[in-house]
Amino acid sequence: MSAQEPLTNHELSPDLQRSLVEPRALLSTMLSGAVWIVAIIASVPLFSVLYGLIVRGGHRLSLEVFTELPPAGFEEGGGFGNAIVGTLVTVGIGAIISIPFGILAAIFLGELEPNGKMAYAARFCAKTLTGLPSILAGVFAYALVVLTTGTYSAPAAGVALALLMLPTVVLTAEEAMRTVPVNMKNAAYGMGCTRSQVIWKIVLPTALPGVLTGVMLAVARAAGETAPLLFTALFSNYWFVEGGRAKLMSPIASLSVLIYNFSGMPYDNQIELAWTASLVLVMMVLFFNILARVLGRKKV
Amino acid sequence: MNAFEEATTGEQISGPPSQTDFLLDISFRGLAKVCAGFIILVVVLLLWEIGYKAIPAIREYHLGFLTGTTWDVNKQTFGILPEIWGTLYSSILALCIGGFFGITMAIFLTQDFLPARFALVFRTIVELLAAIPSVVYGFWGIYVVIPFVRPIADWLNAELGGIPFFSTTLSGPGMLPAALVLAIMILPTIAAVSQDALRQVPYRIKEAAFGLGATRWETILKVMLPTASTGIFGALVLGFGRALGETMALAMLVGNSNQLSLSLFSPGNTLAALLALNFPEAGEREIPVLMYAALVLLLITLAVNMLGTTIMTLTSTSMRSGK
Repeated sequence: MSAQEPLTNHELSPDLQRSLVEPRALLSTMLSGAVWIVAIIASVPLFSVLYGLIVRGGHRLSLEVFTELPPAGFEEGGGFGNAIVGTLVTVGIGAIISIPFGILAAIFLGELEPNGKMAYAARFCAKTLTGLPSILAGVFAYALVVLTTGTYSAPAAGVALALLMLPTVVLTAEEAMRTVPVNMKNAAYGMGCTRSQVIWKIVLPTALPGVLTGVMLAVARAAGETAPLLFTALFSNYWFVEGGRAKLMSPIASLSVLIYNFSGMPYDNQIELAWTASLVLVMMVLFFNILARVLGRKKV
Repeated sequence: MNAFEEATTGEQISGPPSQTDFLLDISFRGLAKVCAGFIILVVVLLLWEIGYKAIPAIREYHLGFLTGTTWDVNKQTFGILPEIWGTLYSSILALCIGGFFGITMAIFLTQDFLPARFALVFRTIVELLAAIPSVVYGFWGIYVVIPFVRPIADWLNAELGGIPFFSTTLSGPGMLPAALVLAIMILPTIAAVSQDALRQVPYRIKEAAFGLGATRWETILKVMLPTASTGIFGALVLGFGRALGETMALAMLVGNSNQLSLSLFSPGNTLAALLALNFPEAGEREIPVLMYAALVLLLITLAVNMLGTTIMTLTSTSMRSGK
């Protein structure tokens, strides 16, 4: 399409189709192809992990693994029932600590004084905490709880996990509270509500799906954490509740630490169990993740 | 009782807050403020606890701790230079790989390459990558990634052994498998934050580029990426911060040997892995030293994360104000 040639009727109507062999267009097409390939390569690890878990971990999945205690090296069979209980207990303690604090802090950040100096500082701290290496949460809980009480325990692990859950809970809850329409709040103020009443009766119920999304994401993350548990919960080969008594102040098992311990073992039985434990752990984590997603979809 | 009945029976449906309401209001707001302050307190306490417990070791080893190369409990000599090197080296490698894939993924998901439904599939894949626990990645790395990269590593070593990067053989765990797994782990962070940055670019800028006759990739490379560059840089910094602090996958894959090597295939160590491996069995003398190492890791990651957070805040405010 050069300008020197006399224009025919056909050329007067502009050619909107770009020639595919033109270098610029060709490059664009090639890069589009390349980006597809990159995207597919980036998806391979997820499927490889899931394939490994299902194929190698799936065949040991039975009722036995949920009810038995971890086997020693030479033993056959066994399971990781106590580790599942341990994961639930430690994450539960973490949730009990972090959720009330997190939601109350989010109320302050999102609703009471969103633009105050303190809110900026707290928000900045929360954002910084999101990037805190999980091992340092463990070091912190070790210094604060383990050294003080003199023993590895479930509460120590709970403190470490709470520290990791807190920023997720705060930041998502704050975001959810900001989406509550001002009109709804103004209507409540017009009825003579105090700010707290507005928060309890309007803001929290309306923002609840978003708040729960954050909580579920935090729980999912905490359930998979290993590093903070290594030297706060340690590990235990026994049940958390034995003889009708909960052993709160003694080492406690967890799925993730079990996987870590068994991954380095030379015995096939333990390695197989580690695959099965990974499968169970990933299913737990994905369950909470999907729950978060379903809750988050119901937008105001 | 509905509003009509209330109105007709003379009872009020609304009214001024009572004394109790005021009291409850003030105490509840106070409580919320205390909880917000608690977050700040936690960060201060974190620095204080780790810093305070590290003081004996700081007094004894000073800054020589940062440049020492041996870690021997029996001789009481401690140095973390190999760990600092390993942390930075593995993170930079992971950032190169994960950054490339993460940013490409963000372009792929935001620049209309896919119908909405397929975009959701890929977005979910990226998000699920972030959901898998790091210990599972480490375990998968031992049994899948290492056997997979070992023949490639050995071939590279045999053919190109003269280049420092390939100067040793891969005898199991090593820097390359660790960095690969680390790259997978930071990819979701980089992809998610870069997507936000690309979405914040006003649509009319893109339209203007197309209107001038630019091809899709000319638009992406010369208009979209430069406009979103600060946000993408922030994404890389945050991803780097993640990589620095990642523990389990590295503790399982990096080999845990104190050496300084440029080779991609030699085993190494990182600060986080050092803490994970030595803390559970640490004696009275070793704990302050480990706290010192933890403090170093804390300061590095805090600095990197604060930088990333600040960049993100700056970009979102400048985009909102329309610059």
